[in-house]
Amino acid sequence: MHEATTTTLTEALSAGGAAVREGTSADAVHGRVPRLVATPPDTAAASALLAAAHRHGLASIARGNGTALAWGAPPLRCDLLVDTTALTGIEHAAGDLVVRAGAGTPLADLRDHLARAGQRLTLDPPVPGGTVGGAVATGLSGPRRMLHGPLRDLIIGMTVVRADGVAASSGGRVVKNVAGYDLGKLHTGALGTLGLITSVTFRLHPVPPALRLVSAQAPDAAVLQEWTARALRSAAVPAAVELRWPAEGPPRLQVLLEGARGGIDARAAEVAALLDAPHTAEALPPDWGAPPGGARDTLLKVTAPVSASALAARTVREAARALGTSADVGGSAGAGVLYAALPADADPEAVAGVVARARAALAEAGGTLTVARTAPHLADPALDLGLDRWGPVGGLALMRAVKDRFDPHRLLSPGRGPGGM
Amino acid sequence: MPEPLHALLPRLRAVCGDDGVITDTARRRTYESDGITYHAALPGVVVLPTSTAQVAAVVSLCAEHGVPFVPRGAGTGLSAGALPHTEGVLIVTSRMRSILEIDVANERAVVQPGVANLDITRAAAPHGYYYAPDPSSQQVCSVGGNIAENSGGAHCLKYGFTVNHVLGLEVVTPAGEVVRLGGKAADAPGYDLLGAFIGSEGTLGIATEVTVRLLRAPQKVRTLLAAFPTMDAGGAAVSAIIAAGVLPAAVEMMDALSIEAAEAAVACGYPAGAGAVLIVELDGPAADVDAQFEEVAALCRAEGAFEIRTASDAAERARIWKGRKSAFAAVGRISPAYIVQDGVVPRTSLPEVLRRIAELSAESGIRVANVFHAGDGNLHPLVLFDDAEPGAAERAAEVSGAILDLCIEHGGSITGEHGVGVDKACHMPEMFSPADLETMDLFRGAFDPAGIANPEKLLPTPRLCGERPGVRKGVHPLVERGAAEQF
Ligand SMILES: Cc1cc2nc3c(=O)[nH]c(=O)nc-3n(C[C@H](O)[C@H](O)[C@H](O)COP(=O)(O)OP(=O)(O)OC[C@H]3O[C@@H](n4cnc5c(N)ncnc54)[C@H](O)[C@@H]3O)c2cc1C
Ligand SMILES: Cc1cc2nc3c(=O)[nH]c(=O)nc-3n(C[C@H](O)[C@H](O)[C@H](O)COP(=O)(O)OP(=O)(O)OC[C@H]3O[C@@H](n4cnc5c(N)ncnc54)[C@H](O)[C@@H]3O)c2cc1C
Repeated sequence: MHEATTTTLTEALSAGGAAVREGTSADAVHGRVPRLVATPPDTAAASALLAAAHRHGLASIARGNGTALAWGAPPLRCDLLVDTTALTGIEHAAGDLVVRAGAGTPLADLRDHLARAGQRLTLDPPVPGGTVGGAVATGLSGPRRMLHGPLRDLIIGMTVVRADGVAASSGGRVVKNVAGYDLGKLHTGALGTLGLITSVTFRLHPVPPALRLVSAQAPDAAVLQEWTARALRSAAVPAAVELRWPAEGPPRLQVLLEGARGGIDARAAEVAALLDAPHTAEALPPDWGAPPGGARDTLLKVTAPVSASALAARTVREAARALGTSADVGGSAGAGVLYAALPADADPEAVAGVVARARAALAEAGGTLTVARTAPHLADPALDLGLDRWGPVGGLALMRAVKDRFDPHRLLSPGRGPGGM
Repeated sequence: MPEPLHALLPRLRAVCGDDGVITDTARRRTYESDGITYHAALPGVVVLPTSTAQVAAVVSLCAEHGVPFVPRGAGTGLSAGALPHTEGVLIVTSRMRSILEIDVANERAVVQPGVANLDITRAAAPHGYYYAPDPSSQQVCSVGGNIAENSGGAHCLKYGFTVNHVLGLEVVTPAGEVVRLGGKAADAPGYDLLGAFIGSEGTLGIATEVTVRLLRAPQKVRTLLAAFPTMDAGGAAVSAIIAAGVLPAAVEMMDALSIEAAEAAVACGYPAGAGAVLIVELDGPAADVDAQFEEVAALCRAEGAFEIRTASDAAERARIWKGRKSAFAAVGRISPAYIVQDGVVPRTSLPEVLRRIAELSAESGIRVANVFHAGDGNLHPLVLFDDAEPGAAERAAEVSGAILDLCIEHGGSITGEHGVGVDKACHMPEMFSPADLETMDLFRGAFDPAGIANPEKLLPTPRLCGERPGVRKGVHPLVERGAAEQF
């Protein structure tokens, strides 16, 4: 299937209106340089592009702004990189608190656009550089997911191009709608393995007039856990309960309150009374909701029932220490979804060991651990590290059946799906 | 009884026991329809399993023999989703009604699928928690049915739908396998099959155990009723409230015809001469609620409300809700028959769409009462007619269909909470392209390649289209029994 000359392929791929060029090392995904890079200007062109790629058996990978291309396993193949950055456009129905955005729309543009109407997509942090499609495909959900739900709960409609080039929509443009299967759920967090997202419709929230961030340093995980429980139980209704536990030093809990100006100080005081030596701020710190560690660190995603979230953080840290490395942990203690960063230069065997050890301990408490991103030196697929990125996945056979139907020839980001699909 | 089904009987009895298998015609007949009595079919056989293992064994038998099965909860569905298959097995969850766990520390409840929605809140209330999705049928409808329909309620404007509150499921797949999706922790690894299963109307398998989120009861709840001279003024108030950045727990609206019906039925004492009433409920931290309450009242006044009543305790609140909650039953009393429609429009299109509905009504001479979830644009027009009058049912069905067309024209949906089922399957092509529908079918086939799970529901088939929407006669039986209050 690779006999076609680059010229023939370029012609075939550009027939539907996409701009096509040869790939360079700057386009590499985990070291794999794509043969071609195509930029479709709209859904119709994206549809023609993927249909042509399908006919020629080319494996494709979507790229938004490329800030999270290292997420997921190294792709098994990468013939075509689909650059989504021309799939832009914002249609904002402010009175309906709804927005439709092209997948290539930078999140920052979307945020600025919505802010003019006093509204927001309650997806934080506003990732610098990331696109709508990239955020949806990585399943980004920031601190406020605790109150407003994860990103998938904010998506009310989606248009996706399938592996065979067929463009299909699900959901709609109204917040309440139960017509048909909600396929947007499947694509959220799927790293592009089930289709190329071309546009997404979100429900929005008004930006609350006031916020307070109450934070405090906890002496240990048990106290952290107790504070989390108190914050959750309090009538102050926090929007987020975040944990920050750097590799060195004690953990902090951050409780975010949002709402009417009149009540905000009373609510903040109510939460402050639940913690020791609390500090109350009227603005968010610059690193609010950012994943822990550096951009090249190995990043683990950890989940746990909320009564064990702080303890889960401790579990991962202890596993890291036992294997001679360290973990920087942060995330939503209130939702039970955390990230842990292991140093970029950590020994490969230690990383695999931390993963196995922490995963087993977390499973006992009803939690999970997956590898979101590996440090560059761990990403070489030739390296057999014995690193299991996924661990047990409930419903894997059904997921495989879904993948078989949507992408039978494994042309979409092959190897990056659950269980290495 | 068809032969393959007959051959299955001894094995079904071995699984569910003699009393768990119903073959008697009169008893089967009690299951022939759900909340839409217009669609009726005698189930081939009815089984009443008590455990996941029994459900799995029954479905495995169906899979082995290529026999279709239809899940059924309490049968309150309003899209004929639980319409039985005459040559299939109706799997009823009414004997799976245990609340398995109230886990306060994790803010979760684990229940069997036959548990009534409200029973979760009843079990959680002593701990200061509740289960948020509150369909009006909540005293009877099952959690399994809620999952299948992704049910909403008056308070879903702020709190979302069933899908936002279910964290884990145990599912028996159409192949008879038991699979766990999600659990007490959020974000299970892999594709979000849990999210996609919710709202799948029994076509992807049967939910046999459900883990839901419990919410802390709000510190304060305040309710206000505002009377407006016209629907336009009421609609403008709704827009103003949302534009001000207020997110009420509920915003409900009634028009003059439904107010009149409610007045006649329960003497709710709503302000005389109102062309529309709005009920707005706020909940949350006391300070927030109080501040926003004043703001909402001021906005209503600015948009022309001529009377505003407020409630701050449960008794006063019940008085305000009384007319709203009895409106549908009341309408049933002023008209021999009616069709319940369930469509959605963008909230900003509400005034325009309501005007068009009034025109449709005037042109056809068919009365339409509007009682609806104004906050999220979910209309429930009641199309009234006299079924003794020749041709009236057809004309009413036409008006009802035209209202759906209006919803689609305005970028809305053919169903906000009642689901597609059989009733609206042939409307799906109005909202979705052939490619959209084919993609949905691909997904369905991943779970159910043999096509035995609730066949001919949700997606259109040639056989289905052309049937009329459901026609309700008089008061709904559930409402009559006092088991449900409203839509
Ligand atoms: C809690 C949290 C905090 C985060 N904070 C940050 C942060 O501060 N800074 C930061 O840079 N990142 C952050 N991320 C990661 C974030 O998810 C991504 O950086 C960003 O949103 C991706 O956008 P992108 O356009 O750069 O995607 P890309 O890197 O281009 O793509 C990311 C993945 O999505 C796929 N993809 C992209 N577009 C599509 C599409 N249209 N259809 C299908 N698949 C597609 C790609 O194939 C790739 O697998 C955070 C994540 C989490 C969970
Ligand atoms: C008076 C009245 C008021 C109503 N008010 C509302 C309202 O406010 N909001 C709202 O959303 N709906 C409302 N409804 C509709 C209805 O109550 C809901 O759709 C409810 O969720 C159906 O639950 P059920 O147990 O009765 O399901 P059924 O009618 O028995 O079944 C509904 C669907 O669910 C499937 N199903 C049932 N159990 C399972 C299971 N365990 N696993 C998989 N599939 C299953 C069936 O196959 C069918 O497709 C109302 C209905 C009435 C009669």
